[in-house]
Amino acid sequence: MKDTRLRTPLSRIEGLGSAKSGTAHFWQQRVTAVALVPLSVWFVASALAYVGAEQGAVAAFFAEPAEAILMFLFIVAAIHHMSLGLQVIIEDYIHQEGMKLTLLILNRFGCWGIGATAGFALLKLAVGAPA
Amino acid sequence: MDHNGHIPGPGTRALGKPKARPLSPHMQIWRWTITMAASITHRATGVALAGGMLFLVWWLIAAASGPDAYAVFARVADHPVGKVILFGLLWSLAFHLLNGVRHLAWDLGYGFNMPTSRLTAALVYVLSVLIAAGTFAIGLIVRGGLGL
Repeated sequence: MKDTRLRTPLSRIEGLGSAKSGTAHFWQQRVTAVALVPLSVWFVASALAYVGAEQGAVAAFFAEPAEAILMFLFIVAAIHHMSLGLQVIIEDYIHQEGMKLTLLILNRFGCWGIGATAGFALLKLAVGAPA
Repeated sequence: MDHNGHIPGPGTRALGKPKARPLSPHMQIWRWTITMAASITHRATGVALAGGMLFLVWWLIAAASGPDAYAVFARVADHPVGKVILFGLLWSLAFHLLNGVRHLAWDLGYGFNMPTSRLTAALVYVLSVLIAAGTFAIGLIVRGGLGL
């Protein structure tokens, strides 16, 4: 019977299966990058206006719905972009398998731990009791 | 494996020493080019910005915790060391953002030839320093204007 599969003989004997989601990492990195261009400009411009400001003024800023939503989007896009980037660096430089696996897991835990902390602080500022 | 511990492979004669094959030059051998520098700077500024996320999270936690916690953050941010860190983060962000746009243009097929790559790499370095310096100066003016 004729083999109609598109995979190369080398790919078959290696037995690793098809890549399937091979472009997912690349694509997510680019989409978050595109989102971060306007979001980071907005973030710097906003933060700049509050250099040296009192806590109350900063809290009032994030109590505004539009500002809280933009900041939330900035945090999510930045954390996702950062975890993808750090993952590539670990994969490039750490060759010992156990250490690589450990660092890849710690990278995800750390990045989303930071993200969750930022999200909680933001939630408190946006909907919490006025400080 | 033979008695010398050599595993016969594509680069090895069956029972002899490994063939002396030419090796690709590595980091310490290549002459530095501005495109290489931009590439590694992109990675370094990315790592710096990941560290900067900790500073950003501290800012949010401090703002959410109240005036006392915020005063501690403000004191560190206003300290000369804090200012150096903030300037470094501003430059890192400016560089990573501009060079990121350069990467996105490449992904769309623009500016990938060598003369353009060299020119845009140089532009990214110059513009990122100017933007960081300008933004930092505005921050200092705002800080002086509002007082602390």
